[in-house]
Amino acid sequence: MATSGTAEPTRRDFLYLATGAMGAVGAAALAWPFISQLQPDASVLAMSSTEVDLTQVAEGQIVTVKWRGKPVFVWNRTPEDIAKAKATALSALMDPVARNANLAADAPATDENRAAEGAGREKWLVVIGICTHLGCVPIGHSGEYDGWFCPCHGSEYDSAGRVRRGPAPENLAIPPYKFVSDTKISIG
Amino acid sequence: MSGHSTFEPKHPALKWFESRLPLVGLLHSSFVSYPTPRNLNYWWTFGGILSLMLVCQIATGVVLVMHYTPHASMAFDSVEHIMRDVSYGWLLRYMHANGASMFFIAVYIHMFRGLYYGSYKAPREVLWILGCIIYLLMMATAFMGYVLPWGQMSFWGATVITNLFSAFPVVGPTIVEWLWGGFSVDNATLNRFFSLHYLLPFMIAGVVVLHVWALHVVGQNNPTGVEPKSEKDTVPFTPYATIKDGFGMVCFLIFFAWFLFYIPNYLGHADNYIPANPLVTPAHIVPEWYYLPFYAMLRAVPSKLGGVLTMFSAIIVLFFVPWLDTSKVRSGRYRPLFKQFFWIWIAVCIGLGWLGSKPAEGGYVIAGRILTVWYFAHFLIVLPLLGLFEKPKAVPASITEAVLGKNKGGAPASAGVSAPQTKG
Amino acid sequence: MSTTMSFRSFLLRPLAACALVLGIGFAPALAAEGAPHPPREDWSFAGPFGKYDRAQLQRGFQVFKEVCSSCHSAHLLAFRNLAQEGGPQFSEAQAKAVAESYQVQDGPNDAGDMFDRPGRLSDHWPSPFPNEQAARASNGGAYPPDFSTLAKARTYEVGFPGFLIDILLQYQEQGPDYIHALLNGYKDPPEGFSLPEGAHYNEFFPGHAIKMPQPISEGQVTYSDGSPETVEQYSHDVTAFMMWVAEPHLEARKRLGFQVMIFLIIFAGLLYFTKKKVWKSVEH
Repeated sequence: MATSGTAEPTRRDFLYLATGAMGAVGAAALAWPFISQLQPDASVLAMSSTEVDLTQVAEGQIVTVKWRGKPVFVWNRTPEDIAKAKATALSALMDPVARNANLAADAPATDENRAAEGAGREKWLVVIGICTHLGCVPIGHSGEYDGWFCPCHGSEYDSAGRVRRGPAPENLAIPPYKFVSDTKISIG
Repeated sequence: MSGHSTFEPKHPALKWFESRLPLVGLLHSSFVSYPTPRNLNYWWTFGGILSLMLVCQIATGVVLVMHYTPHASMAFDSVEHIMRDVSYGWLLRYMHANGASMFFIAVYIHMFRGLYYGSYKAPREVLWILGCIIYLLMMATAFMGYVLPWGQMSFWGATVITNLFSAFPVVGPTIVEWLWGGFSVDNATLNRFFSLHYLLPFMIAGVVVLHVWALHVVGQNNPTGVEPKSEKDTVPFTPYATIKDGFGMVCFLIFFAWFLFYIPNYLGHADNYIPANPLVTPAHIVPEWYYLPFYAMLRAVPSKLGGVLTMFSAIIVLFFVPWLDTSKVRSGRYRPLFKQFFWIWIAVCIGLGWLGSKPAEGGYVIAGRILTVWYFAHFLIVLPLLGLFEKPKAVPASITEAVLGKNKGGAPASAGVSAPQTKG
Repeated sequence: MSTTMSFRSFLLRPLAACALVLGIGFAPALAAEGAPHPPREDWSFAGPFGKYDRAQLQRGFQVFKEVCSSCHSAHLLAFRNLAQEGGPQFSEAQAKAVAESYQVQDGPNDAGDMFDRPGRLSDHWPSPFPNEQAARASNGGAYPPDFSTLAKARTYEVGFPGFLIDILLQYQEQGPDYIHALLNGYKDPPEGFSLPEGAHYNEFFPGHAIKMPQPISEGQVTYSDGSPETVEQYSHDVTAFMMWVAEPHLEARKRLGFQVMIFLIIFAGLLYFTKKKVWKSVEH
């Protein structure tokens, strides 16, 4: 404040401080709606789940469906694919965590924890088709590990969607999904 | 009170910067040490309030655009999407919609203050004209903004206002088609209005910079209309004007919040919650309240072109006020007759506004004609003649004299610590 | 002084003429409007601390679902809204059950066909007609308006000075007043009123000839909470529901408004005293 106080400096200083603090609080509170509006809105948050009819996916085939604007790969794996994934030791993995939204956050990245749960369902692999490096969509049935190969920066994934060669840091994420019948899953 | 010094940076880094771009010095001389007449009343806080409203409109507008879809088939629903689904969307949208009205309330008070105290008189003609340009830009911006929700009033307001241009002979119909980008108000119209509605506020901001620049060249007018003669007549802008403006702004925000939170649709039209329908016109087409006086003038004239010209002239005449007012005395405070005519003119403007909201029939039209004539007569006859015939009251020699006179010659100006407080 | 006097009379004359003309102007305008003003109802959501009555919204929803929605759409209402805060606040399970009781068109599937499936929370209320033309064709040429914003899209003229008093009273429930009055406004046409074919006489409808037949009658909807099953009660409930559909964040708005007001008033007080302190030594 430009004026030099002569009388009762403490009371005046308190008044100035209180007013200034009040103004700062008001400005901060006013900023909140402008920031808050950036978050996904209610209609996006409530966006519906996606259902996939598994009878349309032949053995060995990978289909891509859209869920929340993102590609999700549904792979009907052959017994060889499964065997290869099961044979891989956890110690050989770059990312030993399952990254499965349906399991605990620290579940190990075994094939059991990556594939669909339940008897006769282990051939199904459902992963979000976004490379964990910088968000490109990897190409299926390619790369050295017979899983996915990301054309952007060369990351490779195996037949359980686990990252085997960098620069991607994590396994392909598994979205929340459940079997609504033996031949139908609902993602989200 | 010797705070009129120029800015001298002390920190070496700031010194280094100032010698390359004297930005802080400019801000300091414009908003800290800038000498402000000591006798400004609360009507002078509306300049600051208007700056606040401009910032509010631009900030909320930029954010609303993040969720709005400018398409004839999606605009209405996207506005409702903002109202329903976006976090605090209802707040931002109501702020923007009511903020426009608040902006106009403030600008009208600001203009009336200028007219009452003669703030348009030499040497402030350019300052006044820049203000008139801002007002014109505001009207264009607000009009196009009202079209964006694509409700019934949006659509039919756009139709009626763009059709005004069809009144011009020969080129009229072509101008209208070019405004529309088609043969009626449609998606192309909505898109160009959206584009311009985003552009114009930044042009307003540009002219506001010129307006403030011009203000700081000639200095502020004050209630006495007497130019500051010595340092005793002024106080530094900060803290004196800033704290007073701040108080004025917060009081204005209380008024704003009353509408925003409790009656947010009061200043709008119910019909605009009906999606635009090009096949059905609402029973009563009424523009936003801030256009009503001009709308009344438009309808007062029985010819199409005449009505349009009258309406535009009502704004253009404002540009010439500095030369139409022939009085040697600046402030209305010392002009007994002018004072009366000023208030009559205010009543005429309000009356025109009320008539603008009424159907164009019978007595309303006749009253509209009388008031329209009076509106123009005020500028074209009353103001020039008053300067010749009116006998003004004695004008004080200086601001300080006026202030001390009001306080019955109390303590000297700068030492009056215990002087009784007077109203702001 | 003589100049002053002549100026005064010069300006008084047109003003008097003005007043005369305005006085004349009133009469035909009022007569032209004809329809009586809807009475003002006592709405729980009116006023600075207004809130929706949950039970009333739930009853209103029942009326909408069982009666209105067979002709009127509400395409901006999503099933999830039924469970959201500030609304009827059904439980999520209840909202889900409502959604699932409706068939919603989805698709195209992998074969390229559209198909129907049970509704989900994210779906919007399905419209009774596929488009406006179909709605008109089924309703004698009249289009049953969409409920999404209808309660805010209806009003009546308050006139001077009422419209200024409403600012102070914070009254903006003209839409609900009108809708409530309309639902109770069905009458036999007065003698000499020629009712067009397929229209019904309503006291509050502009022009009085409305295409919608009286939509609800006593006992038509069975309430489970023991509220009276009268047209008066039904119309109150469904109007409140319509207001919520049109303004779902009304409660949040008024709540935040109160906080902001308190803040601003305290802040203004502090600024006032700060300003007084700053200006203390300067006469102005």
